[in-house]
Amino acid sequence: MSAEAVTADLGHAADEHGHDEHATTTGLSHTKLAMWVFLGSECLLFGGLISTYLLYKSRGNGRTLPTDVFDIPFTSVSSFVLLMSSLTMVLALSAVSRGEDEAGRTWLLATALLGGVFIGGQVYEFTSFVREGVAFTTNPASSAFFTLTGFHGVHVSLGIVMLMSLFVASVKGKLTQRNAETVEIVGLYWHFVDIVWIFIFTVIYLIPAD
Amino acid sequence: MAITEKTPLELGPGDSVRYAERPLGVFTRPQGGRGWRDWLSTVDHKRIGILYGVSAMFFFLVGGVEALLIRLQLAAPEGSVLSADVYNQVYTMHGVTMVFLFIMPLAAAFSNYFIPLQIGARDVAFPRLNALSFWIWLSGAIFLNTSWMVGGGGADCGWFCYSTNSGVAFSPSHGVDFYAIGLQILGIASLVSSVNLIVTCLNMRAPGMTLMRMPVLTWMLLITQFLLLFALPVITVALFLLMFDRLFDAQFFNPDAGADPLLWQHLFWIFGHPEVYIIILPAFGVVSEVIPTFSRKPLFGYEFMVFSGIAIGFMGWGVWAHHMFVSGIGPISVAAFSLSTMFIAVPTGVKVLNWLATMWGGKLRFTVAMKFAVATVAMFTIGGLSGVTHSVAPADTQQTDTYYIVAHFHYVIFGGGVLGLFAGIYFWWPKIWGHFLNERLGNWSFWIMLVGFNLTFGPMHILGLQGMSRRIDTYARGYGFEFWNMAATVGSLLIAVSVVLFIWNVVKSKRDAPHLPPPGPDPWDGRTLEWSIPSPVPVHNFDTVPQVHGRDEWWHTKYAENDEGKVVRVATVEEVAQTGEATGVHLPSPSFWPLAVAVGLPLIGYGLIFNLWLALIGALLTIASLYSWALEPVDDPDAAHDHHEEDHEDDENEDDQTGGHDS
Repeated sequence: MSAEAVTADLGHAADEHGHDEHATTTGLSHTKLAMWVFLGSECLLFGGLISTYLLYKSRGNGRTLPTDVFDIPFTSVSSFVLLMSSLTMVLALSAVSRGEDEAGRTWLLATALLGGVFIGGQVYEFTSFVREGVAFTTNPASSAFFTLTGFHGVHVSLGIVMLMSLFVASVKGKLTQRNAETVEIVGLYWHFVDIVWIFIFTVIYLIPAD
Repeated sequence: MAITEKTPLELGPGDSVRYAERPLGVFTRPQGGRGWRDWLSTVDHKRIGILYGVSAMFFFLVGGVEALLIRLQLAAPEGSVLSADVYNQVYTMHGVTMVFLFIMPLAAAFSNYFIPLQIGARDVAFPRLNALSFWIWLSGAIFLNTSWMVGGGGADCGWFCYSTNSGVAFSPSHGVDFYAIGLQILGIASLVSSVNLIVTCLNMRAPGMTLMRMPVLTWMLLITQFLLLFALPVITVALFLLMFDRLFDAQFFNPDAGADPLLWQHLFWIFGHPEVYIIILPAFGVVSEVIPTFSRKPLFGYEFMVFSGIAIGFMGWGVWAHHMFVSGIGPISVAAFSLSTMFIAVPTGVKVLNWLATMWGGKLRFTVAMKFAVATVAMFTIGGLSGVTHSVAPADTQQTDTYYIVAHFHYVIFGGGVLGLFAGIYFWWPKIWGHFLNERLGNWSFWIMLVGFNLTFGPMHILGLQGMSRRIDTYARGYGFEFWNMAATVGSLLIAVSVVLFIWNVVKSKRDAPHLPPPGPDPWDGRTLEWSIPSPVPVHNFDTVPQVHGRDEWWHTKYAENDEGKVVRVATVEEVAQTGEATGVHLPSPSFWPLAVAVGLPLIGYGLIFNLWLALIGALLTIASLYSWALEPVDDPDAAHDHHEEDHEDDENEDDQTGGHDS
């Protein structure tokens, strides 16, 4: 991919200089490898936040705990919505790499919309929790809950920004089959954020406080 | 958002790409040159390395002045140089400065400069992200130190900043806020840098440069980057919790609300102990290059050196709680962490013995670099041994929070880390600048530093065992602390003299350089690829990307075994070194956007502390700069290209990304 970019830039024939698809040592492009490495770091970030919540989940200081106000059916639905966005992400990549730009745009937009629905659900959830007496500063458990899920929400939001940037680029005709890998890399990030949510939903929502 | 990077490359030759030149109508794309502006927009890994090194040395002086203030205060009983409050701030900022603003960036200078050279690459994987790392680091460093001016003083909770001392109740000034936000900014810089350098190491090695042929310096720096990659997010979590507590009334560290102060200690040391190896492994790498070169022998047990480095990298994650033996973590935890701490001494011991075995029977040349390297091994061994005494929990209980601990970690960090990096400075100076550092002055500087170092920190073992506490601003007469404290203060002044001599050496050797013969590509009869190219290194590094056939590739280009199995010279340096005269090598274009992104972050920091509107302005600046960056092509389409030769490595730099998700 990068080799093609160079030849496009220089107007040289690729074979003239022996460029090939695997000019890097590992065969992965730099950007894709960088995303994998970065996601490795993200694991520790969420690991730290999840550990903090698990330590504090029962420390209510005599006030309402997050676990007391969880609405499991509601969160299950929004979790399902987020998981479905991974499916549309895959479909987007598949469409772009087959050169079907129109379908690619549709699926990118669908992914962003599903992510947006999830974020909307989180905003609703947060406000209803605050109404029920669990605010950020209520007790250690609530601080840990809002920090963890808030960090995840920010990650999803950044993902939506990336998806919309891809969408705009595609509308302008700058996202084609040739740079489908960019969609794949954004997809890596998106799937990672989804997987983190599976952990959060299981560990935080489904395991009750003692 | 790497998407838009490719955009201009898809346009036909006649299409306009004007929008990309001045994405927001702010900057003209820098073209490269020799003025100061070029340093602001540089993406050359060598220049970024130099920027890191020079800034680190500046903060070495800042941290050194703080250290001298501490020692002057403690020189005699009932010292009155500093008030108790200012003393707390000074020792905290001394630790933070030396760790985050001196040793780490100095190691980053070596990583930036030498990883690409040692693996035979033209630059790092993401040149603009590399510039971004430096500028973010510098903006974080400046932000942290402005707390003296605008924050009501420095942080005063120690560099480990234990809860509940770090809370608003016990630390009402903004110092700790600057600490929490400043270290987050520095963390972003190190994280970006670690991703970049890991990809560089894994993906940009010259043909034939397998992992087990990589020079040991590169290996140790690679392990360091992995440690950074996994340790930084943990401290980031801790710092966020602290910041939320202090600025937004969260309840993470409020024991009244049932919070657990040990949470901070665990998060801090899960980062903090790998951090120790982040500091020491680069120095190990330097020593592993210097000692073989001046022993004229290959490094003894290369595989063992590499794998014990990896072992240290893994085991470094399993020893953090030995910092917490008196925190009440329970007998099982204490026993487990005692054992793991004893075990981690094994790979470290392997390294020490391998360095000695490398020197054994070698043709030793005691240049200043070699002296620093040997001193590193000796001093680090002392520090390592006192470290093992801490793994014995009952003894550690006695030593906790005494000067014995201060003595131990200065032997490791100063005796190991700093002396090791100084060995590297003397060793690679001619490669970087094209002239030697003066050996005679260097010799004086070395001996004064070694004596001063031992005089400063040696007595602290005794003071600690006598029961003198750390972090006290003064002590009463009659405890028997007077003599050794005075000795330590004299020692610290000797270190200051040695540092002044070093600076004088830098000035003098530059001034003398025109009258002396130039060092040439390979002044020390080196072993690794950076010695096969001219000094100073040409902007494109390698005329032709080398083909690697084995370890110590450059050495084997010069020497081979004859029929009798004796090593003989087969080529002179002049015959086989590259000339650096290649023209038309395609290089990544400079950019101002990394600097612009970095300027936004401290604004966010000030905003969080003083006024959220300022944070909004900073955030908008950062986001706008990131998008402008994304819209700016990696390579300036208007820059003069001459691609008739040597463009086969160009593609290395085309995949640069925006780093949009890093912020």
